[in-house]
Amino acid sequence: MESLSQTIRPGAVNFKSGIPNNNFIEEVLLCANLKLLAMQLTLEFGGGLELLCNSLKIHKVNVDPQDGEKLTMKHLLAWVRTNLIKERPEMFMKGDSVRPGVLVLINDCDWELSEQLDTVLEEDDVVVFISTLHGG
Amino acid sequence: MPVYMSTVRTLMEPNGNGLMADEESKICSEIESLEAEKAQIDLRISALRAQLNSCNSNSNSVRKEESDVTNSGDLRPTGVSSNGQLSADMVYRYSRHLLLPSFGVEAQANLLTSSVLVIGAGGLGSPALLYLTACGVGRVGIVDHDVVELNNLQRQIIHNEANIGRSKVESAAAACRAINSTVQIVEHKEAFRTSNALEIMSKYDIVIDATDNVPSRYMINDCCVVLGKPLISGAALGLEGQLTVYNYNGGPCYRCLFPTPPPTTACQRCSDSGVLGVVPGVIGCLQALEAIKVAAAVGEPLSGRMLLLDALSARIRVVKIRGRSLQCEACGENATMTAQQFRYFDYEKFTQSPLSTSPLKLNLLPEDARITSEEYNERVVKGEAHVLVDVRPAHHCKIVSLPNSINIPLGSLEGRLSEISASLEREGGNKSVDASQGASLYVICRRGNDSQRAVEYLHKMGFTSAKDIIGGLESWAHDVDPKFPTY
Repeated sequence: MESLSQTIRPGAVNFKSGIPNNNFIEEVLLCANLKLLAMQLTLEFGGGLELLCNSLKIHKVNVDPQDGEKLTMKHLLAWVRTNLIKERPEMFMKGDSVRPGVLVLINDCDWELSEQLDTVLEEDDVVVFISTLHGG
Repeated sequence: MPVYMSTVRTLMEPNGNGLMADEESKICSEIESLEAEKAQIDLRISALRAQLNSCNSNSNSVRKEESDVTNSGDLRPTGVSSNGQLSADMVYRYSRHLLLPSFGVEAQANLLTSSVLVIGAGGLGSPALLYLTACGVGRVGIVDHDVVELNNLQRQIIHNEANIGRSKVESAAAACRAINSTVQIVEHKEAFRTSNALEIMSKYDIVIDATDNVPSRYMINDCCVVLGKPLISGAALGLEGQLTVYNYNGGPCYRCLFPTPPPTTACQRCSDSGVLGVVPGVIGCLQALEAIKVAAAVGEPLSGRMLLLDALSARIRVVKIRGRSLQCEACGENATMTAQQFRYFDYEKFTQSPLSTSPLKLNLLPEDARITSEEYNERVVKGEAHVLVDVRPAHHCKIVSLPNSINIPLGSLEGRLSEISASLEREGGNKSVDASQGASLYVICRRGNDSQRAVEYLHKMGFTSAKDIIGGLESWAHDVDPKFPTY
């Protein structure tokens, strides 16, 4: 899997032959751009949290990594609060985390199974914020 | 006398023809009285069946004693012999289950000797109860303290019009017995409280949480942990539903996931936010399915995972949730939740919300800043120059509203104060009232809470004469115009 991902990574050099890929130049440029480009993520809000962001459930967003390299959940939450939450931010956050009763799912897994606030996000990750329901 | 012109669009216009109307009302009243009689007979049949069941179970209890260890109750699997053979009737009734290679006789026999407690006979409980009874769970318990109301029937499909005003437990039990008289249906016509929870729940193998409020969910979870019962938890609101199995096979409990209760402002209820009837229906069916899997010991119950249903976009996702938490106060390593502690735990205090679903009644304003709906009516009849602001959300106003009210939802009040000023000026001018007095300002909402919040804000912003109509449109319907629709 690792070797596969290396062969498709932009700017990769075929070290076996020692000859750069045909598109070497373009890929080097692309690679340089990628560092500056924001990370594309899909954010979903459910269980009523969507009401805090214009009643839109799915948001395709581009978020700048904080130090130009990695993007953590902590940074993403702050970004969401500033950029997506339109009203009653206290219904979404408490301190620098989500309020009690909100589940955070990164690629369909509870963030308690990763590093919660310290989880490092990757390109195309899907992050779901869902408020627990009590009705019946 | 209602002063407003009827802006309400009623579904059925009364028939203009007097004779026809007479005929109609005669038929209607006969239907009504027959329905009442029928309901009485149904309930009597249901009660007799229950009596018959308890007679049977007494005579069968000797045979059952050795087979059931976890159960202190007397589970009566009619049609299962001591060597696990099903009777001819049972084979025929459950033949479609027996034909399933992955279910078969063994799983069916497990079902017949299992017991499930369903807490809440509402939107979730209705389909869950119907399926559990139909599929042949040995004993089904129903807990609820409520009565059937007309606005339940859109989703609580176990109840019917004839049972409006009757206990939900009686109504649900009668429906269950009509489907499968071989299942023992136990009626618990009481609220589930710390004082009776342990005693009720200890008689069952599996628990279904079909309640509608936060304190009940914590209480049911803790009781399940104390007694070691798997908990099939479902919830629905609006167009979304959630489902998971707690406290099962080393998996997490409700408190592992939600150690801290949510703020009360985040706890929406169906009676405020609405719910599409079929959504709790779907979740309730899935709860029955998970209970059946646990009871029959087949498949992979939804433990450590959660199903999220988004009905509007037809999306169902099953996500992986955390495992049992070692720090959990109910089931963790140093957990202190014992039967004794449970009995004295104050769940309403813990969650800051009431166990009963009675609506909130705020009292924010001094008396002179409020008037009753009758007083408001009198002032309108007198022709007082005034502006009526309705602060409900716009979609509420589409259901019904008072004439000449301006709809400015509470959330947008801040940005629309100029509209109120303009209206006040216009009204004041129109009715040539004493200029120093001007037109008066009244605020109304559904139940009289948001209108108080609005008046409080208006006072701050210089609209010092603003008054709240106590009890909102509900009190208008109750005290002024009984024909005004409530919702």
